[in-house]
Amino acid sequence: MAIKTKAIKISQKHLLGIQDLSISDINLILNEASNFIALNKSKNKKLDILKGKTQINLFFEPSTRTQSSFELAGKRLGADVMSMNINNSAIKKGETLIDTAMTLNAMHPDIIVIRHQDSGACNLLSQKVNCSVLNAGDGRREHPTQALLDALTILNRKKKIEGLKIAICGDILHSRVARSNIYLLNMLGAEVNIVAPTNLMPKDIEKFGVNIFSDMKKGVKDCDIVMMLRLQNERMTSSFLSSNREYYEYYGLTPDKLDYARKDCIIMHPGPMNRGIEIDTKLADDTNMSVVKEQVELGVAVRMACLKIFCE
Amino acid sequence: MKKKYFINANILDPHNSVNEVGGLIVGENGLIEGVGKKVNLNNIPSREKAIDLKGKYIFPGLVDMRVFVGEPGFEYKENFRTLSNAALSGGVTSVVTMPNTDPIIDNVSIVDFIKRRGRDKSKINIFPTAALTKNIEGLNMTEFGLLQSKGIIGFTDGIKTIQNTRVMSRIMNSAKDLDSLIMQHAEDYELAKNGMINDGIIATKLGLQGIPEIAETVIVERDLTLLESIKCRYHISQISSGKTVEIIKQRRQSVKFSVGVSINNLSLNENDIGDFKTFLKLSPPLRTEEDRSHLVQGLKDGIIDVIVSDHKPEDEEQKRLTFAQAATGATGIETLLSLCLELYHNGSVKLDTIIQALTSNPAKILKINKGNLNIGNDADFCIVDINKPWIVKQENLISKSKNTSIENRKLQGKVINTFVKGEELFKL
Repeated sequence: MAIKTKAIKISQKHLLGIQDLSISDINLILNEASNFIALNKSKNKKLDILKGKTQINLFFEPSTRTQSSFELAGKRLGADVMSMNINNSAIKKGETLIDTAMTLNAMHPDIIVIRHQDSGACNLLSQKVNCSVLNAGDGRREHPTQALLDALTILNRKKKIEGLKIAICGDILHSRVARSNIYLLNMLGAEVNIVAPTNLMPKDIEKFGVNIFSDMKKGVKDCDIVMMLRLQNERMTSSFLSSNREYYEYYGLTPDKLDYARKDCIIMHPGPMNRGIEIDTKLADDTNMSVVKEQVELGVAVRMACLKIFCE
Repeated sequence: MKKKYFINANILDPHNSVNEVGGLIVGENGLIEGVGKKVNLNNIPSREKAIDLKGKYIFPGLVDMRVFVGEPGFEYKENFRTLSNAALSGGVTSVVTMPNTDPIIDNVSIVDFIKRRGRDKSKINIFPTAALTKNIEGLNMTEFGLLQSKGIIGFTDGIKTIQNTRVMSRIMNSAKDLDSLIMQHAEDYELAKNGMINDGIIATKLGLQGIPEIAETVIVERDLTLLESIKCRYHISQISSGKTVEIIKQRRQSVKFSVGVSINNLSLNENDIGDFKTFLKLSPPLRTEEDRSHLVQGLKDGIIDVIVSDHKPEDEEQKRLTFAQAATGATGIETLLSLCLELYHNGSVKLDTIIQALTSNPAKILKINKGNLNIGNDADFCIVDINKPWIVKQENLISKSKNTSIENRKLQGKVINTFVKGEELFKL
């Protein structure tokens, strides 16, 4: 794998976003993660690197893969993992995020993993606790571990990122995955195309150094990777879009649109997928092109790497 | 009260086009007896002791057209007493209070309460506004005539905007009949929906829903179009974008109205929000540096008439939240003048223009005899060392709430004394 310089230490105390990281930080994490890939496939998956450490998962938003991935990652490294169930907690009774943070902090955790519907929630939390905070997605701002696992998946398949042409397509406006990926892929030297209808395109996104397209065929032309994003159902109700079928017609990944990309193009999706809305179901299942399962698999490795690095 | 003589001051009174070295005499009755270069040691009775101000400035007491006081309902944020002390420390002697209290100031009986509390607890002049519509719901207008007769200075829904064009046109018709002042907070709700900061690169980066500038311009354009056919006293409370300045510049030729701007929008931009600083969650939002300099130019060119503090006290609990959950607004009445002086010190705007926007212009819009140093008028004024450096610190602020937008800012210029009706009510 083409992971270059080896950094010894991470520059940040918390993992709040890709935008805070340096290239050597990223290489450190990806390097560490690639060591865990084989372990996760072996019979004995348990290590004791984080033995005696306490990891708290604080998920304010429903999540299947990210939460289970973080939980599994912590357990495989030997940490004591506690996942807070928000529905039964004091937050339901009106406790503020800062008070929750203070309460948890008093229990001396070594790492807190947080997912929150508000952008910047992890930043606020990190100011109030002594331990490291890992962002598992905040509002529409960042989802750093998703971008890191995407990068690892690309490296696994393409052996490099520099010089690749990557299209990110769909609901960019509401997507933290898109933002984190833009920062990361840009930093690693890829050329990034953003494809979305204008209603789902964030203001001034081109200033991030990406090419923007509202025509998907032009956007995916000659791309090595097409990354699809999930379209939330409620986008149909507030006049962002007219209907599922029209969206599928113009922005769904179908074989005819994919023809414009390179022949050896791979398809990525952070999940969960809406088949028949943003992606053709056959393409989603085509293991030659679609790396969706691999993304999930490498997600555990990336989270193990992050837990290990930020716990130290 | 003893007669007071001040000499050797820089007297700046834009209302009377006075800008000269001179003195000020305050009579025993608290009224101004003499002002200007005629007041000097040569014509003051030798037995009287004159106070030599050695080049410090005398400005008319400032008139702040947009102030939120927590009474009634939010006394824990700010009451009339704390507001009045904060105002005095900033040289403000007259304030226009917003009706966004609990209950809302939208009927005659509550006006009596406000007037009484204002009179008993505050040492400054309180000019209360009432809501444009009942319960600030934007539907049914309040009793402009009756409220005015009880001492209401103008009408505004404060933090809210009249969305319905038919309601707005009817409000304007009534205001025309009754010579009422209408003050609009210009924001289209649908375009600004869930918005928190300016729609642009910072909003995209922070992942916060943006408020586009068109949310402001469509309301301004709509109201000015209505105003072309319904001539009433109309004031835009605060503007935030360069585009709005352009629109106003064009429309000024055909319709008569006035425009305000918050000192926040003149001194800060969206970059100051940094890492989710909730104290900079404001309405209208801070926009780009380009917008800010456009606003400064608008002030310079006389397109913007008034500078306000938009003093909105919020307790810490409402700000120690995620950006989406945090309350909107910042305090600013006590730093208003000092922050304005920054525009003078950095060469952006003439001192005369700034003081005009803080004294005679608001008084003229409100039709009140304040913000001037007329002989025979109440001696409401402040003495200012315009060069004195100081640093804004939350713990030193007098206001009951500490949500300043400019914590740790280094300012130049400080109010030394403030007088209301000839009485010294603040001394540094």
